[in-house]
Amino acid sequence: MSNPSSISNSVIRIAGNSQDGIQSVGTMLARMAGRIDMDVMTYMTIPSTISGGPSIFQVHMGTATVLTPGDLADVLVAFYQHSYENHIESLRDGGVLIYDDTHVDPDLDALRQRRITPVAVPMTALTVETVGGTGTQKGKNIFLLGLLTRVYRLDYDKVAALVKEQFRGKDESVVRNNLLALEAGYAYQIGDVGSFFTFDIKPESGETNVTMTGNQALAYGAIAGGIRFGAGYPITPWTEVMEILRRELPRYGGTFIQTEDELAAIAAAIGGAYGGTPSLTGSSGPGISLKTEALGFAVMSELPLVIIDVQRGGPSTGLPTNVEQSDLSIALNGSHGDAPRVVLAAANVEDCFYIMIEAAQIARRFSVPVIVLSDQALATRLEAFPYPNLDSLVEEPSLNLATRESHKPYPLDAPTHHAPPGTKVVDGRYPTITGLEHDEYGNPSGSAQMHTRMTHRRSDKLRRLAAELPPPEVYGAKDARTLLVGWGSTCGVIRSVVDQSITSGEPLAALHLRNLNPLPPSLAEIFAKYDNVLVVELNEGGVNGCGQLGRLLRAETCQPQIRGITKSDGGSFRVSEVLERVRGILESTRRPATL
Amino acid sequence: METDTLTIEPAEPMTRDDLKADRPTWCPGCGDFSVLAMYQKFLVDRQYPQEKIATLSGIGCSSRFPYFINTHSVHFIHGRIIPFATALSLTRPELFPFVIIGDGDAFSIGGNHLTHAARKNVNLNVIILNNQVYGLTKKQTSPTSPLGFRSKTDPWGSRMTPVNPARQIIGAGATFFARASAANPKHLIQMYERMSAHEGFSVLEVLSECVQFFKGSFDGASSGKGGDFVEIGPDHDVTDEGAAFALAEKPFPGVFGVFHEVRRTTLNEMEQENIRAVAPAELQRPTVDKLKDSFNRLT
Ligand code: SF4
Repeated sequence: MSNPSSISNSVIRIAGNSQDGIQSVGTMLARMAGRIDMDVMTYMTIPSTISGGPSIFQVHMGTATVLTPGDLADVLVAFYQHSYENHIESLRDGGVLIYDDTHVDPDLDALRQRRITPVAVPMTALTVETVGGTGTQKGKNIFLLGLLTRVYRLDYDKVAALVKEQFRGKDESVVRNNLLALEAGYAYQIGDVGSFFTFDIKPESGETNVTMTGNQALAYGAIAGGIRFGAGYPITPWTEVMEILRRELPRYGGTFIQTEDELAAIAAAIGGAYGGTPSLTGSSGPGISLKTEALGFAVMSELPLVIIDVQRGGPSTGLPTNVEQSDLSIALNGSHGDAPRVVLAAANVEDCFYIMIEAAQIARRFSVPVIVLSDQALATRLEAFPYPNLDSLVEEPSLNLATRESHKPYPLDAPTHHAPPGTKVVDGRYPTITGLEHDEYGNPSGSAQMHTRMTHRRSDKLRRLAAELPPPEVYGAKDARTLLVGWGSTCGVIRSVVDQSITSGEPLAALHLRNLNPLPPSLAEIFAKYDNVLVVELNEGGVNGCGQLGRLLRAETCQPQIRGITKSDGGSFRVSEVLERVRGILESTRRPATL
Repeated sequence: METDTLTIEPAEPMTRDDLKADRPTWCPGCGDFSVLAMYQKFLVDRQYPQEKIATLSGIGCSSRFPYFINTHSVHFIHGRIIPFATALSLTRPELFPFVIIGDGDAFSIGGNHLTHAARKNVNLNVIILNNQVYGLTKKQTSPTSPLGFRSKTDPWGSRMTPVNPARQIIGAGATFFARASAANPKHLIQMYERMSAHEGFSVLEVLSECVQFFKGSFDGASSGKGGDFVEIGPDHDVTDEGAAFALAEKPFPGVFGVFHEVRRTTLNEMEQENIRAVAPAELQRPTVDKLKDSFNRLT
């Protein structure tokens, strides 16, 4: 182990069972990082059974930019033998293994060969000793938090304050016991390891951070964007968004209802929008499939609507608790007929917040459904990000029922501005909102000319929105010959790959897409400058090796140098994995030249 | 949220002409004409502000209503208008929404929504125009088609037990159920009145003959056609669910009138309760301040 006097980043992987409170200790660590102005990103696995089971929580924190939850851990904490066995490969050579020696019997020779420093800590025993015999397992996680506070030389008082907040409202003895456990962990003699990790001191920016998950950010973003009605049906990993909105919206005079099924959820959201209330629904893959017929109605009737899709592995029931970016196709095309809708994808947790405000605005301005794509990794990941400037962001919704002299819901020469029910129309001609092809008043029309003009009118929204979008920024080396393209939660990964490539002699550049329908302008021109355009995404490469976005970009830009880097193993991309795949592709494309 | 910016001037009373829109395209003699005419008469009698009436339909012959009535109207997709209307009822309580659908929307493709809206007691009026056949698609078996009904999908006669609307809807927990017939407009309008006076989920089943594909289906309930229109007597206790089920078991064409009416907390009241539980001062605070409270807890 090199003993750096100071480090900028560190990755901690805590492996145990979900009942051990791994998630709460990881969350407190992440929140602590946010409070001391560090970057932080977490990653967790959810046990596949309700009753719990093996689970991990990984925290990547640091004073330098943190773009991913981290590939390999610097510190692995193993509660059980299975935790040790399953995760020792995720610890980097030269790392630190902290293990509960009541349960774990590590192979010390193997560790020595990999220059791993083992630290045996009788965590269970010491916690029992400190807290008392009854709460055997409980408090072990807080003991660990104390230990990590010592290892990383974090501010003990700040950590203690977090623990107190965590147990706020609980019995006083609970708070006392946990503080005792924290103290015991902090006091434990860890030897040399105590000098391994000292974070660089970053000058205090004075900025406050908030630390939350992607699902929380989506829900609060919806409220900030003025959404006041929603409807949904429980499905992993979307459920948490609806739970938050159900609880929070009444405080804002709004309502979120749990409906009998997914079909009812989108129908209700459309009904809310028809009434003039900014509305949303959401789901994960299977539910999104069910919603697509009604989505077409929202397109046809030109009602503003926000639809969240927190993607998981598919098709069908698929992998409910794993990540995949395989709903892009349904988001872009799901529903029969020509049904243009806007599709946005959040880049990270912070973006989950901002993208919802944007989605609500676009829906309202263009009277169009907007699909926001998130995914399982973002849903459960904690990130710290700068406290948003809420004063300038928040939309206070208002219902405009001003009397109109006359009203055409679908004027051929102007955008739709619906008159919600309750609006008096002086000329006495009230609008019909319909899924049938219609004329300007909403009366059914089967005329070829009308269908042509109305179809064009609906897709024109995408053209108008596209015209507003700035060309996307390219990140990385100016002289790069290879461009990585990503969307959604691969944003941090492709940037990290670019950062790492700078020292590797093969400089790379990256372009991240947030607007997927319409796409931003100038993509073909940008791509044309590169020998290789590699589209990195978590879905199946299919016949030609390009994933769902790769195929779209090939079709849209006609650039033959577009290739795919895809995978469907239920996990996020690791930086090293992408680098390796990039190198592989570059080598194979170079080979003919060297023959 | 700002709710109402209506100009307050003494309005002319609404007339049936005000409510007329496109000429109905139903087949001549279709029962739906009478249901529409009585709907217009009922709205004029009630003098609801025209701009606050919402006529909401699914898909089918009867669901063409929105084009034939001049109110704010919605012609939604097949089966889903009840959750759509639920949202409108919850978010815009000052409106007068009427759901008008056929037996396919109500009992087949949208059956799940009907039973759940009944259970939740959404404050909503649902008028089901039951013609016991799929008319718009030209004679297929509907969930209310009687045993033996010969349709294009059951050329040998339907063998499936039809839905009993009264039993199903009352069983699902609807707090109001009544039955009427397009052939008896005077009675029909009384039922509109009773339905609209009820607070909670109100269903009115109206037998409305499809002259094109199931002619004579309801002759048995028409005194002019040799049948008998039997009204529920004054001694029926509408709060007695058992008595309502007994009426529902009467053989075709059954009885007409209010089967069941009880008062139970509505979904609207429950949801309002959630908002009322928030202190009034808290409700008045700007969104940005409340969001800051939440964010401050996440620092
Ligand atoms: S097909 Fe039947 S229900 Fe439809 S309009 Fe004609 S008569 Fe009426």
